[in-house]
Amino acid sequence: MAHVEEKYDVIVVGAGHAGCEAALAAARLNMETIMFTVSMSNVAMMPCNPNIGGSSKGHLVREIDALGGEMGKNIDKTYIQSKMLNKSKGPAVHSLRAQADKEEYQKQMRKVIFDTKHLTIRQAEVTELLIEENIIKGVKTDSGAVYYGKAVILTTGTYLKARCIYGDISHETGPNGLPAANQLSRSLMEHGIELYRFKTGTPARIDKNSIDFSQMEEQFGDEKIVPFSFTNREEDIKRDQISCWLTYTNEKTHEIIRKNLHRSPLFSGAIEGTGPRYCPSIEDKVVKFADKNRHQVFIEPEGEDTNEMYIGGMSSSLPEDVQYEMYRSVKGMEHAKIIRNAYAIEYDCINPMQLKSSLEFKKIKGLFSAGQINGSSGYEEAGCQGLLAGINAARMIEGKEAVILDRSQAYIGVLIDDLVTKETHEPYRMMTSRAEYRLLLRQDNADLRLTPIGYEVGLIEKDRYDKLLWKQEKIEEEIKRVSHVMIGANKQVQELLEAHNSTPLKTAVSLAELIRRPEITYDILGPIDKDRPDLPDEVTQQVEIHIKYEGYIKRQLKQVEQFKKMEAKLIPEDICYEKVNSLRKEAVQKLNAFRPRSIGQASRISGVSPADISVLLIYLGSHNHVS
Amino acid sequence: MFREDTIAAISTAMSDGGIGIVRISGPDAISIGNEIFLPANQKKKVSDMASYSAVYGHVVHHEKTVDEGILLLMRGPKSYTGEDVVEIDCHGGVVVLKKVLETAIEAGARPAEPGEFTKRAFLNGRIDLSQAEAVMDVIHSKNEFALESSMKQLSGGLKRKIEEIRGKILYEIAYIESALDDPEHISLDGFANHLELVVTEQKEKIDHLIETAENGRILKEGIRTAIVGKPNAGKSSLLNLLVGEDRAIVTEIAGTTRDTLEETIQVKGIPLQVIDTAGIRKTEDIVEKIGIEKAKETMDQSDLVLYVADSSRPLDENDFEIMDCLKEKKAIIILNKSDLNQVTGEKEIRTHISKDMIVFSAREETGLDELYEKLEEMFFEGKLSFNDEIYITNMRHKNSLCQASQSLSMVLQSIMDGMPEDFFSIDLTDAYEHLGYILGESMGEDLVNEIFREFCTGK
Repeated sequence: MAHVEEKYDVIVVGAGHAGCEAALAAARLNMETIMFTVSMSNVAMMPCNPNIGGSSKGHLVREIDALGGEMGKNIDKTYIQSKMLNKSKGPAVHSLRAQADKEEYQKQMRKVIFDTKHLTIRQAEVTELLIEENIIKGVKTDSGAVYYGKAVILTTGTYLKARCIYGDISHETGPNGLPAANQLSRSLMEHGIELYRFKTGTPARIDKNSIDFSQMEEQFGDEKIVPFSFTNREEDIKRDQISCWLTYTNEKTHEIIRKNLHRSPLFSGAIEGTGPRYCPSIEDKVVKFADKNRHQVFIEPEGEDTNEMYIGGMSSSLPEDVQYEMYRSVKGMEHAKIIRNAYAIEYDCINPMQLKSSLEFKKIKGLFSAGQINGSSGYEEAGCQGLLAGINAARMIEGKEAVILDRSQAYIGVLIDDLVTKETHEPYRMMTSRAEYRLLLRQDNADLRLTPIGYEVGLIEKDRYDKLLWKQEKIEEEIKRVSHVMIGANKQVQELLEAHNSTPLKTAVSLAELIRRPEITYDILGPIDKDRPDLPDEVTQQVEIHIKYEGYIKRQLKQVEQFKKMEAKLIPEDICYEKVNSLRKEAVQKLNAFRPRSIGQASRISGVSPADISVLLIYLGSHNHVS
Repeated sequence: MFREDTIAAISTAMSDGGIGIVRISGPDAISIGNEIFLPANQKKKVSDMASYSAVYGHVVHHEKTVDEGILLLMRGPKSYTGEDVVEIDCHGGVVVLKKVLETAIEAGARPAEPGEFTKRAFLNGRIDLSQAEAVMDVIHSKNEFALESSMKQLSGGLKRKIEEIRGKILYEIAYIESALDDPEHISLDGFANHLELVVTEQKEKIDHLIETAENGRILKEGIRTAIVGKPNAGKSSLLNLLVGEDRAIVTEIAGTTRDTLEETIQVKGIPLQVIDTAGIRKTEDIVEKIGIEKAKETMDQSDLVLYVADSSRPLDENDFEIMDCLKEKKAIIILNKSDLNQVTGEKEIRTHISKDMIVFSAREETGLDELYEKLEEMFFEGKLSFNDEIYITNMRHKNSLCQASQSLSMVLQSIMDGMPEDFFSIDLTDAYEHLGYILGESMGEDLVNEIFREFCTGK
């Protein structure tokens, strides 16, 4: 039968946060790219919480931006409230979070996609992968159309065989009632790809007009706005902000939940998927933390032109009638009108240990996957994987080496490395504690860390790169200067120090010495620093952080040096672990399953002991001697 | 473990007694040598020495001389490991040798892992390819052993203590991290004061463990020595004599000896780990009450058997069975009760077994000197040795405890300096990891699990 046939370089299956970044990156790298979506109305959709960023997730967005991705720019265009979290803590854990206007976010992203050269968008369900001799050839859609491609990136999110559940109601749909992708899973399995079944959930959306906000605490955004994108300045994006609201559950809420637990599909066993521990449903919280007599509930607007309010902290899969009762027991929500029910969603995802660090499947050349299909959760986690998959698909086609960020370079590196080396049994969320070198991986220096890579890849224009080089130079010069300028114990200095509750000087010290004091900042010292050059905040902020935390930063840099050495010891892809004598059986099994790229990565696989690593090092040593 | 840092170890078998070599290898080897070794000629300095030259002098620790010896310096890459290497030849005996090693470790070296010198030598291309396979096997078996012995020797009490401290530390890290991940749910107001108390307390506990490790050892080391004999032959008296001499009974960490029934004593500087009959003393007799099987088992596990024979009574079934078992073992026969009427003589025993024999009277304390001399002779002639892995493991444990304590000090410093809370968790994590080395455990998913178990976070 006659059917449509087209040829592309890169095919992206799915148009969520991972899909958009992947498709944009590939197209911007001059790959003829097509992106499929089951529905045009879910491009860059935020089916759960209406915000971007948050602790450690904010880092991911800054990193996406530093590499030349879109998410940061898009949220800057569409935010309705912005906050820097953890401001009272160290700079490493400062993290940006913005409330998004969901519809506007989608609209703006769609516009960028439409305006991007080499990028085609197509509404159709991809049902089959075309694979020959372990090399990807293309995809087939439900209409029978065939699209050939040199690389295929799977970014199916939560749509694979998705099922939404609350109480005893279950619909075979994706989020928000959108069509699920029910056929691709079979094709994946036929090609030997191992699938998991994960679960997540979302709270109800409630009509703003039915909520009594006078009973709640208002949550404002920050005065000073820090943009997500390094290309924006505060004045570029400053606008009026919309508040969120805080209220609490109470004993009555908990009582309602407890007496209806038997009707929850989670407790009855109707849900098989593994849910995330960091994002527990309200019924989970009530059971697990039985001694807590209240839980926080954040009421967040979903946009400027909608009445829908997201009920943060109360995701649930309890039956509809219980949901009404439960939400209405919360202070300020006595007359709540539900617009959309809370629900749990189950979906197929892949076991990510089948992927290389480049996000390409180990066993299928040219097939990549990114985002929630890899067992992660969150828009930001998805977006950054999409970006890397897009970059690496393009580079594979051009015969270039994959871009792999390591754990000392970026949160993105930590995330991907965790996905491919740790056996994940629940949707993976980024957390700052997962980054062992987090003092170096700050949100404020993402550009210094990653923009050079983005430039080399081809996603950052020359102009932006030159600005970065200028910034870098200024930072270095200023650090040198404040380390050398000596401040004497004169009256003006002593008065200034006293005014800030700082011990007066006994002898002259360098400016850097003073900056190191916890109570002193770079800015405070302005009046006694006569030759201070006029520098932008982004420079002086780096100078201050560098000097204040120098001891810690140096320690981590030293650890990174050691870490890098192990990462640089690559393991040949064709290594036969059975041939390595003295490796324990368990280690052989694990190494075969994961096929790590480097000694460093091998050492992070559970079940591979230090002795095994030593044995492997020596084996590789002798192997190299031979070849 | 794959750090390219500086390592140190005693590189000769510990049984050699008199002379031994402490070897230090790595980027800081020369500066450590410089710090701990004073050449006799005061104009000389270790760091100025030419490669492949030697100097005579003293090892010093806190300005006190530990031993005299010869230091040999080899600069990388032309050395055994391919790195800078310092070797100190000492001759003060096992105890002194250990002290030299400890001095090096205090100066910044890390106790070497099993096979680590060889591994470095190989990786730096200093040893032959054909040796590679052998090296791998050695590393493997030694590591397996170290791990196994570490687990086995770590007494229940100590393990519990370390686990408890780790648990406390982990909770605090999890608290900080939860608050960082979810600042709107969990507040850190006033946390620094609370943490200061917890950390001070845990640090005191660790420091106490280190102190006790100075006297006794965390693990029991020494020549495993069993005292066997039939009822009333005088086993207890012999033990009391050995222990009763003021030869430093190693006091253990309270609560840690209870489950082992072993005591470590030193005879002329030789550590003996006597499989203690104390616990069995009241029941009078190992052979009678627990049976010959148990006695055999004890003998099997030991490096040396002291067989107490009763010269005032005829040999019986028990004696014959014991002597049967002794044939394959290193043993000394103590012919006890020479002060009583002699029924069984040396000659008679020799018809059954040929081992060194000492005529002995526990009551009159005769024969004790001969016993000591015999032990010394056997040890220094290399007939007796004990597994030095245990000693090395001890060094590593102590080192880990010290590092954990240091990390906690840094937490306290950070609190004092008014650093933000996220900095506390950096050093807390280090402390947790250092303590983990002792138990053979690493952080892995511990923290993430603890966060989810203890704290209600998430949207």
